[in-house]
Amino acid sequence: MAFDSFQDFLAMGGHAPYVWAAWAVTAGLLGGIVLHARAERRRLLRHLQRRERRERRLADQQTTNSHPTAGHRHDA
Amino acid sequence: MPHEARGLQARQDASRTGEPGGGLAVAFWATLKRDLVLLLRRRSEVLNPLVFFALVITLFPIGISPDPELLATIAPGLLWVAALLAALLSLDSLFRGDYDDGSLEQLLLTPQPLPLLVLAKVAVHWLLTGLPLALMAPVLGILLSLPVGSYGVLALSLALGSASLSLVGAIGAALTVGLSRGGVLLSLLVLPLYIPVLIFGAGAVQAAILGDGASAHLAILGALLALALMLAPWAIAAALRISING
Amino acid sequence: MWSFIHKLGSPRWFYAISARLMPWFWVAAALLIAVGSVWGLAFAPADYQQGNSFRIIYVHVPAAFLAQSVFVGMAVAGLVFMVWKIKVADMAAAMMAPLGAAMTFIALFSGAVWGVPTWGTWWMWDARLTSMLILLFLYLGVIALRGAFASRDSGSRAASVLAMVGVINIPIIKYSVDWWYTLHQPASFSVTSRPTMPLEMWAPLLIMVLGFYCFFIAVTLMRTRSEILRRESNKRWVRDLAVEGR
Repeated sequence: MAFDSFQDFLAMGGHAPYVWAAWAVTAGLLGGIVLHARAERRRLLRHLQRRERRERRLADQQTTNSHPTAGHRHDA
Repeated sequence: MPHEARGLQARQDASRTGEPGGGLAVAFWATLKRDLVLLLRRRSEVLNPLVFFALVITLFPIGISPDPELLATIAPGLLWVAALLAALLSLDSLFRGDYDDGSLEQLLLTPQPLPLLVLAKVAVHWLLTGLPLALMAPVLGILLSLPVGSYGVLALSLALGSASLSLVGAIGAALTVGLSRGGVLLSLLVLPLYIPVLIFGAGAVQAAILGDGASAHLAILGALLALALMLAPWAIAAALRISING
Repeated sequence: MWSFIHKLGSPRWFYAISARLMPWFWVAAALLIAVGSVWGLAFAPADYQQGNSFRIIYVHVPAAFLAQSVFVGMAVAGLVFMVWKIKVADMAAAMMAPLGAAMTFIALFSGAVWGVPTWGTWWMWDARLTSMLILLFLYLGVIALRGAFASRDSGSRAASVLAMVGVINIPIIKYSVDWWYTLHQPASFSVTSRPTMPLEMWAPLLIMVLGFYCFFIAVTLMRTRSEILRRESNKRWVRDLAVEGR
């Protein structure tokens, strides 16, 4: 341990603003990258799911309209 | 453009009927001659970078100070940066005219290797932009009270360096020729790649002023030019194919 | 060998294999960065000259390493895309560019902040900072060029060519900037190039560098997977996947 107390650690020997600013910006940016990547993936999956559901519903409607007895084929 | 069409036709005929060994040289010289004639007809396009160069150099004493001593210390860098920007200004039109009238597509369809033909176009750009800038720089050096003894090195370093600038810049010009607003993007792509040439070009003039002898700098500029000559034509050719087919 | 490359090039296969690889890189990145941070911030001894401000090194150097490596990775992916027409390589390259720019920004910001206690100023034209700044411009150029094309394929190929041109230029820029800096700043003390660093100081640095690399691989894998979903959204297997919610 290079510091005697937690206060000491926070003060960084008088260089606190510089050290913590550099580390905070780095941590913030890395965290932001991770969050953005996760949000991007979720958004894409949700979008794909919604589109898929919509298209299957449309396909179902069409099949029920043309062949009333053969409806809901896709639900199986 | 009947003249261009005829020139192209003549080139294709030459490649078909001429002896196979002479085909490359014929194509190279034909492209060189065609571009030279075309550019010399539009004289303003040749003169504009030179006027721009003189104007920018005029701005610095007005913006900073007319003090000859101060100007003399910053003159090498100023002259080099202004010449670099002037060369950059003329890059956008390097392939633009040929792209607009379709002769660039013809160039891509010729049986000769595209890197060679592109090299001819870049050579014309250097002959009508880089070389005049280099010859004009000593005159502007007088305006900035550049110390005596560095004028020859200034012209030589600019002549050598601007050839690399033309080659590297042509890559950017070829990448952006298909874009409608390629001008600003072109400078964003090209300027970072210009930095080594700027460092050694301005360094050569500085060394000449200090009396250190500029031969080492000029040798490095020559090495950069050799490297650019080896690699840039292929990159330009690849970039042109992307811009045309995309 | 070839069948392996082509299998890896198939988006579906890549999507499956990356799902298995990714968690390991996330875990490794989190562990390494956590250990390196605690060790570097709290346990590594203070520098005899710079005191505790040297602890910025543990974010500055890994970010600077990564900034350069990501550009090389981008160029290699561009080469793979251009030569073997492997789409996944281009997707990865597209995802690497913003990450590399972010790393370059971290390196620049931490370097500038570090400059206050060491040089007494926020910015100094130090060789490392200057090359980082130029690298940032190169990244911005690649990102801007990719976005400027209306067709995705042209943008991909143009960005690949520019990345390859840039990667050839990066060492030239780096060495010329180093040379320029030593010429103009002969007796200045360089922050990071110290010959001897005790083990307790460089071990956490090494851990942080490894952690940053794992982070880069994990993020690139994850975002490439997202890009596959985006570009291949009309393929049957992607639609089935979406229904299952994976």
